[in-house]
Amino acid sequence: MEALTAEQSIAAITSGQTSSEELVEEALRRSEDDPWGAFLALDGERARRRAKEIDAAAERPPLAGVPIAIKDVLSTRDLETTAGSQILKGFRPLYTATCIKRLERAGAVVVGKTNMDEFAMGSSTENSSYQLTLNPWDMETVPGGSSGGSAATVAARQVPWSLGSDTGGSIRQPASLCGVVGMKPTYGAVSRYGLIAFASSLDQVGPLARTVRDSALLLSHIVGQDPRDSTSLDWWKPIEVPDTERLDGVKIGVISEMLENGIESGVKSATEAATATAAELGAEITEVSLPSSRHGIAAYYLIAPAEASANLARFDGMRYGARAAADDLLEHYERTRGEGFGPEVKRRIMLGTFALASGYYEAYYARAQRVRTLIVRDFGEAFEKVDLLLSPTSPTTAFKIGERVDDPYAMYMSDICTIPMSLAGLPAISIPCGVADGLPVGLQLTGPAFSENGLFSVAHALEQAIDFDALPETLS
Amino acid sequence: MSTAVALEPVIGIEIHVQLATRTKMFCRCRLSFGDPPNTHTCPVCLAHPGVLPVVNGEAIRLGIVAALALGCEIAPRSVFHRKNYFYPDLPKAYQISQYDEPLGVNGHFSVLKPEGEFEVGITRVHLEEDAAKLLHLSSGGRRAGAEQSVVDFNRGGTPLAEIVTEPDLRSAADASEFLKQLRQTMRQLGVSDCNMEEGSMRADANVSVRPVGSTELGTKTELKNMNSFRFLERGIEAEIARQTGMLEAGERVVQETLHFDPATGELHSLRSKEEAHDYRYFPEPDLVPVVPGREWVEQIRTSLGELPVDRRRRWMNELGISYEDAEVLSETTELGAYFEDVASQVDAKSAANWIRGELRSQLKDTGDTPWESKATPERLAELIQLVTDGAIGSSAGQEVLAEVLVSGRPPAEIVDEKGLRQIQDTDALGAIVDQILADNPKETGQLKGGKQKLIGFFVGQVMKETKGSADPRKVQELIRERTG
Ligand SMILES: [Zn+2]
Repeated sequence: MEALTAEQSIAAITSGQTSSEELVEEALRRSEDDPWGAFLALDGERARRRAKEIDAAAERPPLAGVPIAIKDVLSTRDLETTAGSQILKGFRPLYTATCIKRLERAGAVVVGKTNMDEFAMGSSTENSSYQLTLNPWDMETVPGGSSGGSAATVAARQVPWSLGSDTGGSIRQPASLCGVVGMKPTYGAVSRYGLIAFASSLDQVGPLARTVRDSALLLSHIVGQDPRDSTSLDWWKPIEVPDTERLDGVKIGVISEMLENGIESGVKSATEAATATAAELGAEITEVSLPSSRHGIAAYYLIAPAEASANLARFDGMRYGARAAADDLLEHYERTRGEGFGPEVKRRIMLGTFALASGYYEAYYARAQRVRTLIVRDFGEAFEKVDLLLSPTSPTTAFKIGERVDDPYAMYMSDICTIPMSLAGLPAISIPCGVADGLPVGLQLTGPAFSENGLFSVAHALEQAIDFDALPETLS
Repeated sequence: MSTAVALEPVIGIEIHVQLATRTKMFCRCRLSFGDPPNTHTCPVCLAHPGVLPVVNGEAIRLGIVAALALGCEIAPRSVFHRKNYFYPDLPKAYQISQYDEPLGVNGHFSVLKPEGEFEVGITRVHLEEDAAKLLHLSSGGRRAGAEQSVVDFNRGGTPLAEIVTEPDLRSAADASEFLKQLRQTMRQLGVSDCNMEEGSMRADANVSVRPVGSTELGTKTELKNMNSFRFLERGIEAEIARQTGMLEAGERVVQETLHFDPATGELHSLRSKEEAHDYRYFPEPDLVPVVPGREWVEQIRTSLGELPVDRRRRWMNELGISYEDAEVLSETTELGAYFEDVASQVDAKSAANWIRGELRSQLKDTGDTPWESKATPERLAELIQLVTDGAIGSSAGQEVLAEVLVSGRPPAEIVDEKGLRQIQDTDALGAIVDQILADNPKETGQLKGGKQKLIGFFVGQVMKETKGSADPRKVQELIRERTG
């Protein structure tokens, strides 16, 4: 069976060509055969039951029973949720994340939980404490991260779409490396209730899909205020599925800093080609500078670990999750946390604890917050001149497994183009814009807060013009 | 230091009051005291992965009530922080609290004393959540020689207001009086039930001693968690004595946290890990700042009405009742309202006497409160008026009150029915007096001759003749007129 997009799936179910049950069965079959290691857990029984219910229902819900995969950082009631960490091995949550509840109410069927860097800390999914995930384009390369499983499963056509989470690029960068569409909404657009926190002021849930239209459709069902998340926003204008073809009059600013050093030539030329395509569609192209964005990585690696150090202190093996055998309380804590957390998580907890320590707070955390303010200002000034910004998503295409694991700094640089948007809380989307040496290149478009609809429109027009139809080698 | 230098204590208090909300600070679990352990918990207050706090709006309102009652400025924007510390009673491993941007600042609170009043500066009022309760058990369930510790998360997440005073108090008695009047205010405004035994009000005291006249503060110690007014007073006294002794002996006071043992009267240093703890405060990213609208704050301010301290002061100044009467009658809002109602109809001092005296003692048996009893303010005022006018005697008044408490009938009706009305008619009473004087010529002569104690004899005779319905004061007056 040809792998349908979500939109095609809904149409096929609605027209009676197929059923939710058939599509879910097919998704489960493809997901069980998982040479890429995209999934940590499948939920076949419940997915099949749910599909049957939807098929039998008098009224078909808008998402018609289309299967979806969920990053394992989102809480699913009774279904093991680990955030890629040993410390949550065997943990079955008592509740389901708001965004998943909304999707299920809209008729999506969760087939399983996807692999990720432990607690979403990483850019290759190699920090998962359970397994590697391989990039469907080249099994020797990483899928990116931390939502590597959610990107790989869509690229591998196991499911049409998935949910990921993005803190500094964790949706966009793996989408870029796997040749799919990945979108991080405005901070506050999607409820974080049930999203296991990495860095609370940055974390945001978003869609990964094969098309921009599917991404918009998925997002449209999860946005909006949630009484359980005080930082969630009242989303008064609905997210629309785009059908724009032209970009006449749209002002696009190319971020000059993001075409400088450290950007691979293949990535640079694909980005330039996409820029030319945008111009052909009628967009006005200018160059825009975000001078403070250079300090994005430094600020991010103080703010995110600081928040993480507090967020991860609750994992003590007492109330839930894995617990190490010990003779006394201190040993219990030390062994549970010592064995439960991987090296990258420990590194960030220590970094963050240090950044908040009295005597260092001003020099590190407080200064990083000021940099964040400068970055917000840079974006604000840029958006006075242009409608949206264009850049590569990742400075490189997918890198080799193991290539950066021993070099945290090189790994951190994977997110150099995505972190500034996260710090500013802005919506940004990555779409495939070409192939370099057989590996996909992602193009990032960033808009002002709440500009999701505009962003999807431009992304859709570009997507159509670029007509990225390459299929990962392992599938063809 | 020379012993000739007079020393004065400097005391500041930190009070935690548990806010009288129905649910916890950041989740919807019900608040309860004494329910079975861990029956009021949810993923939020157990800090399960992925949960988020949501501020209880009623807690914010009560915090604003408390801050306004303490004369604070309400911050147009206040911020919650994470106070990080790892301990089994704190499931998130951080407490959500306010730090450098609290709800209210720069307040002041007047404390009444018999000899006048004094003011205590309020540094800040902020909101936070309580920790869970740790219980240390041995196999026999006793605390001593604990073999295991268990956690009851029912209390975890209880909303608290922390009130911090300036170091304005100068004696243990003042500190205790301040706390009592603060408690009265918080209770009457419905902020908290302020039950020290149940822990819904907890106080820590910062104590230092310095030479009189000095403007600098001495090294302070912190006395933790004194759970009654008496212990607070005794603890502070003990610490003042200890520090004074040290200074007089030329020793230096060491900054430390102390625990007062009421059983032995001794102070013990708490060498906890908490000291010099780095809490790594940072703004809580899961919450947005609290931005109470001006109109809302003004609406709350209006709803406060007259504060207990202002009411007491007004009663003393305008109604002329004593400090003690005012103190007792302002104990609860209901009693205060009852008193005001009665006092608006009759003399305030008499109202105070009757309520504190006869009414209270008669109600002791039934356990009723004045405002719930059948002696409505109108009935009591009518009764007081009858006594004041001399229509009935005070012992008859007691009898009538007892009947009013049973039936709620008008006192005048009861007086007539029981024939308790005193003879007020001077002519009629005068005739009886004349008759008695005439019937006892010998005693009359002696009385006229100056044997004053015979007055009692004649009053008794008249009372006997009138079957007790004469006003003895009046009778005495008439006898004197005729024999003086
Ligand atoms: Zn709760």
